[in-house]
Amino acid sequence: MALQQITLHVNGEDHNLTVRSADTLLFVLREKLGLTGSKPGCLNGDCGACTVNVDGWPMKSCLMLAIEAVGKQVTTIEGLHNTPIQQAFVEEFAFQCGYCTPGFIMNCHSLIEQHPDADGQTIKEWLESNICRCTSYIEIEKAVKSVLRKD
Amino acid sequence: MLPFDFDYYRPETLQEAVELYQKQAGQGKQVIFFSGGTELITLGRIDLAYVDAVIDIKGIAECKIIKSEGSQLLLGSALSLTQIEEANPFPLLTKVASEVADHTARGKITLGGNICAQIFYREAVLPFLLADSQLMIVGPEGIKTVQIHEIFQGQLQLKRGEMLVQTATDRRFIEAPFYAVKRRQQWDTGYPLITLAALKIGQEIRVAISGLCPFPFRSAELEAHLNRWGQAAESRIAGALSVLPKPILDDVEGSAEYRIFVLRNLLYDALSVLEGSRV
Repeated sequence: MALQQITLHVNGEDHNLTVRSADTLLFVLREKLGLTGSKPGCLNGDCGACTVNVDGWPMKSCLMLAIEAVGKQVTTIEGLHNTPIQQAFVEEFAFQCGYCTPGFIMNCHSLIEQHPDADGQTIKEWLESNICRCTSYIEIEKAVKSVLRKD
Repeated sequence: MLPFDFDYYRPETLQEAVELYQKQAGQGKQVIFFSGGTELITLGRIDLAYVDAVIDIKGIAECKIIKSEGSQLLLGSALSLTQIEEANPFPLLTKVASEVADHTARGKITLGGNICAQIFYREAVLPFLLADSQLMIVGPEGIKTVQIHEIFQGQLQLKRGEMLVQTATDRRFIEAPFYAVKRRQQWDTGYPLITLAALKIGQEIRVAISGLCPFPFRSAELEAHLNRWGQAAESRIAGALSVLPKPILDDVEGSAEYRIFVLRNLLYDALSVLEGSRV
């Protein structure tokens, strides 16, 4: 029981895997599936660098066991292709080193899906979940607001 | 990734969950009921938590319920704080829950997990203390419903093999005027210092506090001072501060003196807001 055969649905594809019950989703995405876009940061649920989308909602993949994701739709940054928020990050230059960027984009993507009419307070509340060491916060805010306006 | 292995079970009924617990515990294993699991995952990673077996209760329908039944609101213990915020069936709870951790983490943290947490804040319990809620507990002896004040003394006093299934809260408390605030020493996102939740029912003001002592509490003695309507707010608050439970936290987040200073101001704010709505 410490090892389990599971099927994870990630970025539109089913993956049959053997995982430890104790493996986090972040570990399995990176080390078993080679999806290294989700970044290990604090590994403690604080920084948001590992954020993915689970059933349409943001999830810190370091706070979720892989086995808990069975039966759910998991989307990582590799599963997004030319979405408006990705384009907006480029246009607004909403990053410097880029390490936090996948997590921010996945959180913003979830916000746009769940609350396309989000106001400033909702944007702030959601984005407090991610930390940017380079302090690109103003540009990130501009990026997410530009997409929400377009919607 | 956790540095130890454990067995993982996901029962679909309360009975199955209780039996699994008993079976695993009977084999000498360290077992926990697991809901959001954030505490096990974060503390386990640094060897501050250990288990041999995990019983995930998120597949149990009774633990996922959001339902009005008669005059009561039922909330399942495995609801995430985000699910509660989005549905917003209990505005005071929404307000208090919305200050726990951060938005993404609240998608994983659950109501029952927060109430039963090792970390001392356990803010999600405050609205239920104010509302004299009933708690549904399941264990080897079956299902029982208990008044929260009988079973929550600093923390939920569950026996081995018992777990919190639901809260039941009377609608008149849900609709009552309230005040809730979380003060932090630094910025909007720093670690919490004190959370105060207050509710006005009839002419009575109720107050519950987290972050002042190493446990959340509601105190009848403290409320008696606050509700001495003939006296000035200053003297009522001084009386309330004279009967605080002990110890007062005194740590890097805030000295005991500073916490009491903050609490004094929070009590002023609460009285001012709730007396303003006095009818």
